[in-house]
Amino acid sequence: MSTSELRPLLEVEGLVKRFGGLLATDHVNLTVNAGEIHAIIGPNGAGKTTLIGQLTGELAQDQGLVRFLGQDVSRAGVAARAHLGLGRSYQITQVCREFTVLENVMLSVQSHLGSSFKFWKPVAEEREVVEPARAALQRVGLAKRADEIVANLAHGEHRQLELAMTLALKPKVLLLDEPMAGMSQVESEEMVSLIATLKSAHGILLVEHDMDAVFKLADRISVLVYGKIIASGTPEAIRHSQEVRDAYLGEEGLVA
Amino acid sequence: MSATLVISQLLNGIQLGVLLFLMAAGLTLVFGIMNFVNLAHGSLYMMGAYIAAALVGQGVPFVWAGLGAMAGAALLGFVLERTALAKLYARDHLYQVLATFGLILFFNEVVRYFWGASAVYMDVPAALNGALTFMGINYPFYRFVIIAVGLGVALALYLIIHKTRLGMLIRAGASNADMVGVLGVNIKLLNSAVFALGAGLAGLAGFMAGPILSVQPGMGEPVLILTLVVIVTGGIGSIRGAFLGAIIIGVVDTLGRTFLPIIFSWFLEQSLAQAAGPAVASMLIYLLMAVVLALRPQGLFPVKHG
Amino acid sequence: MKRDRAFWFAAATLAFLALLPVYAALAAQPFYVTLFSRIMVFALAAVGLNLVLGFGGLVSFGHALYIGVGAYSVGILAHHGITNGWVQLVVALAMVALFAAVIGAVVVRTGGMTFIMITLAFAQMGFFLAVSLKQYGGDDGLTIDARSAMGLFDLANNTVLYYVIFASLLLTLYLFHRFINARFGLALRGIKANERRLAALGYPTFRYKLVAYVISAQVCGLAGFWLANLTKFAAPSYMAWTVSGELIVIAVLGGMSSLFGPVIGALVFLLLEEVLSSWKPGIWPAAETLLGNHWLGLIGLFVFTLALFARQGIFGYLAGKKDSAGGH
Repeated sequence: MSTSELRPLLEVEGLVKRFGGLLATDHVNLTVNAGEIHAIIGPNGAGKTTLIGQLTGELAQDQGLVRFLGQDVSRAGVAARAHLGLGRSYQITQVCREFTVLENVMLSVQSHLGSSFKFWKPVAEEREVVEPARAALQRVGLAKRADEIVANLAHGEHRQLELAMTLALKPKVLLLDEPMAGMSQVESEEMVSLIATLKSAHGILLVEHDMDAVFKLADRISVLVYGKIIASGTPEAIRHSQEVRDAYLGEEGLVA
Repeated sequence: MSATLVISQLLNGIQLGVLLFLMAAGLTLVFGIMNFVNLAHGSLYMMGAYIAAALVGQGVPFVWAGLGAMAGAALLGFVLERTALAKLYARDHLYQVLATFGLILFFNEVVRYFWGASAVYMDVPAALNGALTFMGINYPFYRFVIIAVGLGVALALYLIIHKTRLGMLIRAGASNADMVGVLGVNIKLLNSAVFALGAGLAGLAGFMAGPILSVQPGMGEPVLILTLVVIVTGGIGSIRGAFLGAIIIGVVDTLGRTFLPIIFSWFLEQSLAQAAGPAVASMLIYLLMAVVLALRPQGLFPVKHG
Repeated sequence: MKRDRAFWFAAATLAFLALLPVYAALAAQPFYVTLFSRIMVFALAAVGLNLVLGFGGLVSFGHALYIGVGAYSVGILAHHGITNGWVQLVVALAMVALFAAVIGAVVVRTGGMTFIMITLAFAQMGFFLAVSLKQYGGDDGLTIDARSAMGLFDLANNTVLYYVIFASLLLTLYLFHRFINARFGLALRGIKANERRLAALGYPTFRYKLVAYVISAQVCGLAGFWLANLTKFAAPSYMAWTVSGELIVIAVLGGMSSLFGPVIGALVFLLLEEVLSSWKPGIWPAAETLLGNHWLGLIGLFVFTLALFARQGIFGYLAGKKDSAGGH
């Protein structure tokens, strides 16, 4: 076994972010390993969105660093990190609504393939773009809807497309920002099964409110409260942690 | 290049800056609060000048003509906003630009129809004629008055914006327009009032500029474009940015036009200097704007957004 | 390739344009050839603009600058004795590329209102620069003694010029058709639809917008090259901000969501201007004189109304498209 296999895919050290007087990210440390699902939970306003923003490069940290595949990406931009293999899906679906489902995923594939400064061949005829796109849609269960205009999709299908677009980038780490947001019971269960199958090929950082899903999927859970990680460990440890109950789970009334 | 030339051109620059501020204040508020691109702002300036010229031509005393111009422009702005422009708030900036572009064409023709295509003359009133002598220069008294009025309006605007309830609503609107509506304020009336205020200021600028620039169709557009440069450089939505940006642009433009050709002639041969000097001078403020945007895309004195 | 309604309308329009000189000869109205040459020049410029406007989502109020650069390339070179059209064309496209790359590098970083305002400002800068170039005519403009020498093509013949412009319009439409359907087009349209997401997917969005901006500017430069040849004149007025505005009107009127829309827009808008300003059938002399003197005001109202109600434009409507869907 080489050292690179033991090393976490994503490492965050001492991350700090202030907005005026407010400390939104308070010296956060965390890691994501290959083949695991590391869930981040916490009450609303805990700073989860701010944290994700700093991991993806949309937001610049004030202090601390982000290391991806052993490389310091703290100063790299969003596009650069995406190319290195850091894929992020959005809590509020961010797609091109006037395009078809397939076209949206093709955009991801194009990006993964490299430059899109190609001007001659119609992209609809480019198998190296279309086939991986269809494959990604197949993976999330949207293959039948490939030619539908996004604006006509149901909410759950939007979330599936969101995930497909992220997967088509062939990322090494997935940052999933509340993938279950707004889904029905049935849709959530399908998404949980899907995410479980992704574990083997990716390291996953899962931000979620849906406690059922979290406890079913996570290998490790970290609890974020007021920008600070107050506890981190296995689901069992978190379930039984007094501090976590006080700070967070107590309000949710989680069944032990 | 003499000290007196520098001082008098500096004053000219401030005078231009003050006029640009009157234009920029209204325009930047409308941008910042209603998110509305109003290219026809130059037309309101033009209408102010024409209304004033018409009143003066009818024998109305100068100051009253000015107040009439302000009121007329404000009223015109209010009516325009209520009847036509408010419908465009929901549309993309593209359509706002097109619509106000159409209005520019329309107003230029209206003015051409009633007053003809050649310039209308408005004289500086006798009371304000003459020059002030100080530090060895003669400076037109009227231009001092413009500077004084402009600074006075700037002060008044500052007091309104920072010390009154209306001003608080305007500041709130500039940093977070949605919130103001949610707070239960009659947002439509506030929008119309802001628009009318901006129009009135434009009318005032047109009135004061009338005697020194010529009153003619299309006079609004060069001023509009300078105003856009001021706003972009100063920071959209910011009155402070409008004021400081206007003074900077006014001074840089005026001093540039006067002194660049002279400076060029020091180290370039005559014919080249005569060609390059005015050319570069005319581009100077655009280059300034480009540099500011490259280094600070939000402008020099931006509004802090909440 | 699907042959839908849009295709047939476009084909019919192109057929009309192809046959126009024949009609003009039969009707003994040579003026039509120059009129429609001019319409095609502006159609070309508007098609160019629409690459960034309709497909890129960038509202440039300063594209007339590049028409001017193209026209002045012809004028200035001719003034110095270089009358070879191919040389002039290469210089024109190179100069436009340079200007557009430099200006684009500054403006494409911005968006929204700021982008509109600074493109307007930069075009004005070009206008004033041209006015200040006294040795090239300044405000009065620069007369060009003869049309460019382009080897086989005798541009001095109005009909030949017409067909050469027509050919360049066809070529541009074809090239753009390929660009839009290729990876570049999908990426550009994606950036217009959701730039934030495209950046998160790894696209250096600035580069794509800049490349589109430069390409669109070059098409306007080509239009300027033809305009200078058509009128044998290059003037600052070619870069007036009103011209930039009219290009936007043409694109919106014709339909921004398709490549061919601006061609229809140019036909309708310029013919409308022509009719309003010069048509004097003698039915109602007083009104006709009023119209002849103040037709621009009516155009202003027309543009205002268009802005209030425009959806998919004339071509979009004819082709049965909904509000700004995908490419052509």
